[in-house]
Amino acid sequence: MMRFLRSAFVIARRDFGATVLSKTFIFFLLSPLFPLLLGGVFGGIGARVATEAAHPLVAVVSDSGDFARLSEARDQLASALADPSVVTLVHFSPEANLAAQQKRLLASGNPPIRAVLSGGLAHPQLTGDVSGDPATIGQLRLLIANAREPTEVAPTPLPVRNIQVSSGSVVKDQRAIALYCEMLLFFLTVLLSGMVLSQLIEEKSNKIIEVIAAAMPIDAMFVGKLFAMLAASVLFILVWICVGALAIQFVKEGGVQTLPSPAVGWTAFIVLGIVYFGMNYLLLGAAFLTIGAQASTARQVQIMSMPITFSQLIIFGFASTAIGSPNSPGAIAAAIFPLSSPMVMLARGAQEPQLWPHIIAVVWQALWVALIVRGGAQLFRKTVLKSGPRTRWWKRKSVA
Amino acid sequence: MIRQPRIKSGDERIEDRLAVEAVDLVKDFDGTRAVDGVSLAVPPGSIYGLLGPNGAGKTTILRMLIGIIDPSSGTRQVLGHERPLEAAQEVGYLPEERGLYPAMHAREAIAFMGALRGLPIAEGRRRADALLAEHNLGEWAKKPIRTLSKGMAQTVQLLGTIIHKPRLIVLDEPFAGLDAINQGRLEELIRRETRAGVTVLFSTHVIAHAERLCESVAIIAKGKVAFDGRVDDARAKLSSIVRLRTRASDGPWRSAFPANARREGHEWVFELPAAGPEPLLKALIDGGAGIETLAIERPGLHDAFVAIAGSAAAEAMGQEKA
Repeated sequence: MMRFLRSAFVIARRDFGATVLSKTFIFFLLSPLFPLLLGGVFGGIGARVATEAAHPLVAVVSDSGDFARLSEARDQLASALADPSVVTLVHFSPEANLAAQQKRLLASGNPPIRAVLSGGLAHPQLTGDVSGDPATIGQLRLLIANAREPTEVAPTPLPVRNIQVSSGSVVKDQRAIALYCEMLLFFLTVLLSGMVLSQLIEEKSNKIIEVIAAAMPIDAMFVGKLFAMLAASVLFILVWICVGALAIQFVKEGGVQTLPSPAVGWTAFIVLGIVYFGMNYLLLGAAFLTIGAQASTARQVQIMSMPITFSQLIIFGFASTAIGSPNSPGAIAAAIFPLSSPMVMLARGAQEPQLWPHIIAVVWQALWVALIVRGGAQLFRKTVLKSGPRTRWWKRKSVA
Repeated sequence: MIRQPRIKSGDERIEDRLAVEAVDLVKDFDGTRAVDGVSLAVPPGSIYGLLGPNGAGKTTILRMLIGIIDPSSGTRQVLGHERPLEAAQEVGYLPEERGLYPAMHAREAIAFMGALRGLPIAEGRRRADALLAEHNLGEWAKKPIRTLSKGMAQTVQLLGTIIHKPRLIVLDEPFAGLDAINQGRLEELIRRETRAGVTVLFSTHVIAHAERLCESVAIIAKGKVAFDGRVDDARAKLSSIVRLRTRASDGPWRSAFPANARREGHEWVFELPAAGPEPLLKALIDGGAGIETLAIERPGLHDAFVAIAGSAAAEAMGQEKA
């Protein structure tokens, strides 16, 4: 056993060093910045479009008195709703030819006017493309009504007593943690374990596989490769956990202490998160390594990537059944199925306080890691190294 | 003659055992029999050659012997271990298709190969420095493998094969791709390792190397062992060849020639008669043949190979040599 572990360590050290000490690892480490930057750029554009869509601009053609009352009613409504999407009003003095003025205003692109409200408070008339926008019409009705009879009284006082948690908020927060953490685990595993697919290509194309296979069991090489990539991935995750925690500390008032707590508590949850990431990575990685080991070229690996990614999506969909109902038959089945088990159990950690199911789950998952590695190594020896007696099943049948 | 391998009991001293033993090894690949009942016995401390043309099954035999692949049937024992990987720390292996990580430094590559065989990495680096300096590659120690010439890279891999001081070195076509100077160096390295008590088992399709280095050989043809024994025993299977040039073209002295004597240009070529050279010389002198040149050639391993493995295999090897 010691020799096995020592052999695996030799491979793991070589692979980890070759990965982390290469220039490309910097790009690997910075890779989350690219979607963040893209998200920032496209998110900014999207937000501007959304803001423009959410703030319909209505031109009010009236005398200044009517407009002042309408404007005051609008501010009251916006303040009560704490919603910036209330219509925005722009004042225009009436011109001699109202029809021509309306036409010009609606055609104007700067500012983009959705509708024109004319006729003052006495005979209001709305002109514009508002058939699919009942919210704007409704808001204007309310504003006109309030402007006609302004409420002079102050808003009714309502004493508010804030408490830290309520059962409703705890369940909501824990479900959110379960969902986000399961998604995070899924995406991290998809992005990181996919690298394992091509791990044996280098050895096979360099022919160094012969030297390694002559010196140690193939299982040890598989384990070494898996743990090397796991270590590189954990390094990647730790860097980004630190960056994320620092960002929350600086941006969010009260820092990370104000984050809602998962059912098992943050400390246990982080430990579980790392353990389940490791298990998920090892389970999928072992399967990928086995599949990738059959490939001879990078092209074959690329072709294999697509069905594997879709398979992962199906597994993620299966695992998602546990969110909100961690004790349902579906959730328990997903917890037993080895490839979805880590994601389901992490979601469970967010929603259920017991720790003992996690001990059973980790042992169960570790068993499957060992089984897949063992099976993968045997398959590699059989199909790639062409080792051992080879009897096809139909021949076995005919012999029997 | 195929020497019967001896599988000895575990309580014997390891020095008394054969370094490598194989009994009836068979390997099938998808219905094709690549190795067919091969039995070998490699004495410890010897240089043992596996001879045969490409495709004869040499590499498959070596891969089975060191545990890269399992045989379809048969047994093997390496340094007393029935499971070859258990002896991995005492075995060095140079595969036919050389392989190193291109980005790895020469020194690290050698230390890594030692680490694969259980040598601590720090000790591996220390030994690598010494070995590289000894082979005039000291200045390349911290250069990536991809910057080395093919010959240098092969030397680095060979040094990685012996870095952990193995008791058995297995080399698959070690001379392939080397120039004459490096081939000579490699031969010297093999001899030096053997003088230190190391067993060297290597495959080759170039008979000259085997003839210069090996005490014992196995001739492999079509997956079978056609001969297993000492090189001298292989040669002894053939008579010496007489090459004779005379001034007279014919005479009574011709009666001293065996029936299968033939003319090759101006020479007579025939096997030395069983009675030896003296009666032949007497007949030539007494008969007035007028001897211009007379050479008695001891048969080489190549001749023995032709006789043992058959002309088809020899032709295949001849093509490889060309």
